[in-house]
Amino acid sequence: MTGLKLLDERRRQVFEKGSEPADFEIACGKPSLSGAVSQRACVFCGSRVVLYPIADALHIVHGPVGCAAYTWDIRGSRSSGPELHRMSFTTDLRETDIIYGGEKKLEAALRQLIARHNPRAAFVYGTCVVGVIGDDVDAVCRKMTAECGIPVIAVHSEGFKGTKKDGYKAACDALWRIVDSGETTEKRPYSINILGEFNIAGEAWILKEYFRKMGVEVVSTFTGDGRIDEIRNARQASLNLVQCSGSITALASRMKSEYGIPFIRVSFFGIEDVSKALYAVADTFKDNKDIMARTRALVSEELSVLLPQLEKYRKDLTGKKAAIYVGGAFKAFSLIVALRHLGMSVVLAGSQTGNKDDYETLKEICDEGAVIVDDTNPVELCKFMLEKGVDLLIGGVKERPMAYKLGVAFCDHNHERKIPLAGFEGMVAFAKEVHASVMSPVWKFAPRMEAKP
Amino acid sequence: MLLRHTTAETIVEREALTINPAKTCQPIGAMYAALGIHKCLPHSHGSQGCCSYHRSMLTRHFKEPVMAATSAFTEGASVFGGQANLVEALGNIFSIYNPDIVAIHTTCLSETIGDDCGQIASKALESGKIPAGKVVINTSTPSYVGSHITGFSNMVKSMVTSLSESTKPGKDNVVNIIPGFVDPSDMEEIKRLAGELGVKTILFPDTSNVVNGPMTGKFHMYPAGGTTIEELRATGDSKATLALGPSASGAAAKALDTKCKVPCQELELPIGLQATDRFVDALRKVAGVTVPESINRERGQLLDMMTDMHQYTYGRKVAIAGDPDHLVSLVEFLVSLDMKPIHIVTGTPGKKIAPRFKASLEKMGRPGNLKAPGDLFHLHQWIKQEPVDLILGNTHCKYIARDEDTPLVRVGFPIIDRVGHQYMPTLGYRGAIRLLEKILSALMDRQDRDAPEESFELVM
Repeated sequence: MTGLKLLDERRRQVFEKGSEPADFEIACGKPSLSGAVSQRACVFCGSRVVLYPIADALHIVHGPVGCAAYTWDIRGSRSSGPELHRMSFTTDLRETDIIYGGEKKLEAALRQLIARHNPRAAFVYGTCVVGVIGDDVDAVCRKMTAECGIPVIAVHSEGFKGTKKDGYKAACDALWRIVDSGETTEKRPYSINILGEFNIAGEAWILKEYFRKMGVEVVSTFTGDGRIDEIRNARQASLNLVQCSGSITALASRMKSEYGIPFIRVSFFGIEDVSKALYAVADTFKDNKDIMARTRALVSEELSVLLPQLEKYRKDLTGKKAAIYVGGAFKAFSLIVALRHLGMSVVLAGSQTGNKDDYETLKEICDEGAVIVDDTNPVELCKFMLEKGVDLLIGGVKERPMAYKLGVAFCDHNHERKIPLAGFEGMVAFAKEVHASVMSPVWKFAPRMEAKP
Repeated sequence: MLLRHTTAETIVEREALTINPAKTCQPIGAMYAALGIHKCLPHSHGSQGCCSYHRSMLTRHFKEPVMAATSAFTEGASVFGGQANLVEALGNIFSIYNPDIVAIHTTCLSETIGDDCGQIASKALESGKIPAGKVVINTSTPSYVGSHITGFSNMVKSMVTSLSESTKPGKDNVVNIIPGFVDPSDMEEIKRLAGELGVKTILFPDTSNVVNGPMTGKFHMYPAGGTTIEELRATGDSKATLALGPSASGAAAKALDTKCKVPCQELELPIGLQATDRFVDALRKVAGVTVPESINRERGQLLDMMTDMHQYTYGRKVAIAGDPDHLVSLVEFLVSLDMKPIHIVTGTPGKKIAPRFKASLEKMGRPGNLKAPGDLFHLHQWIKQEPVDLILGNTHCKYIARDEDTPLVRVGFPIIDRVGHQYMPTLGYRGAIRLLEKILSALMDRQDRDAPEESFELVM
């Protein structure tokens, strides 16, 4: 860690596996330092990404125009039916609304939109300024629920009220209200909900096909290709799979304590983790031996197709080094394993919102000498990438051009990607994407070697 | 059918609701303007998400790293004021990122709770958080007023009010040019044109070589480009200012006139033949130079292309959305090509916008729709009521283009699904040649696609 100027406050958020002091404990889950060029977002962002894929609901952003403009259809969450979620609705609050309040405007907007689009529910996202001027969004929502006969739900997502994680929590609260309004409580045998699956590039459809083959019913996905009525039926499932754990564990816990639906944390990225997840489901339903048999058949069939396909990529990629900087740490675990499968090692790993346990796990799976960071900034990230001589960065929109400027390949593992990375076929797509970037001849023209310290 | 939810129904007036906005909020404009100062770190005084969204959107548009810091508001800050956050932020910024200048802009949150950033910055200076020789400027950019264009305008105005100085009785033989919210390629083109004319200029802000820099194998927190602080100070000693685009550049030019007695002229953005003529002419007059043959040649080439291809542009109906300064000049250019820009929408509010279209729309020879402020839902409804041959606008217009099966030429901000605008201008004669090429290609590709075999043409 010498040579890098770290802010004193950052010293406890960065370490190198094998060289950290014995009593080192990562200080994560902290709000970012004022003045940091952080890669993090806010509460609103968290709520918006979780609820956004519900395609037959109305999503209206109550606040000045920006928050709606920046989140207009930026996720690749696909819908097999309605596309209402891809429209951008906002009350576009103006100066007079800030002075006199925006409640009337919100009410009028909801009335007009619900009449025109006939949604199954409406989510009202309150942004920073709404929290400050004191609009009673709950009251407006109650009134419109009564008037329009659909659930109109306030999502308290004022940006300053915490981190993106608090936004997930607000989204879970909103989802809970839909789930809890379900009338049928009868359990469906061998059925699951997939939580934290946003159907980016159609990933939920890939997973649903696996479960169909296994003989397991998917009652609802939260929230990819989501429909209000399916979510309302969620309590009929016998098991919850929690994928993007950071975003949706709160809801799973609540469904466990209130309805007794157990949940397991799974990941559908990478061969091991997909197989593990499918077997975990089969294992839960072990009283039905057919399910386990079908799962075995499914996994072995998929692997027999997949492994030969991976081999050609692995040949080229063996020995290459990768850096990972993603939103939730859980995703990083799977990526490390998946990259290892391609012969690559991870020398730098970090997340925006990981917790202590996450970083413990990260440390366990990473190799000696790997740098582990929480809530990093561009200067740190670039410095470490060069020091470690990485060939690939996996991250999101803000990290991509930094990697390219350094002459480092990049793979988008965030929600702007257009290819499915989940499931067995996702692993092939992942390998192909990594291969396409790492092996591209364009890097040969890049003067990156000069930049290495 | 992405926008299947748009109907051609009678258009309902919407006071309370914006659908598919044709604008975004002030702070991103302020951030972009600040990137046009050399070694400047823009700072967003608000929640973390604002800064993150702006950086992401600018990154998508320019395909470049975009650096900016944030006060990272917490619940406490929103109750007790963000002073502590900002003072701490300034200390951290100078000690770790070491910029020459920090340009602070506010957000809806910090504006509503009433933070006075100027006063907070003075406090930071008093308490030694700002090292000697370093500069902090600030501007007020409430997201609930105006649009991203207003934010750009406010930040540029703050550069003048904070930095411009008149140091002597006489003026230097230098002309200030304020380019407006345009791409770095456009700023480069303005500098090139001024260079051809032999005029000494200070262009501010200047994002060329900041957000369209070369690939060097290195990451630079502060790329090579940008107007320097010395240049910004010297704008007060220049003999004139040309403000390109009244909406984005007018306020700063007027402030400079008031503060340092630098006379200013407001011009429409030099997009298309006539607007570029006016710009070149204004620059020629104010600098007392003659237009060189090289520029006459560029102009002649543009005119040549316009005359060669006028049959393909004749009578073509266009729907257009974007920022006011772009729109006014684009509409004039379209009308000069005998095209019919019948539906025009900008998201930026302002009473002074509509009259600027008057002359062009009169020349069009038929009525047209104009809405400021309007949104893309409204534009789409108009298109359903009277279809067009071409759409001009930012990336968000691609939904309408797809649903209505109408060709789209991307202009303005943001363009997040195509490249080229970073390096190739739309301003100036050469920019107009590029723009016309794009328009013609879009129309002719469509003609080729739709032509029955017997009328499919090789030579067009």
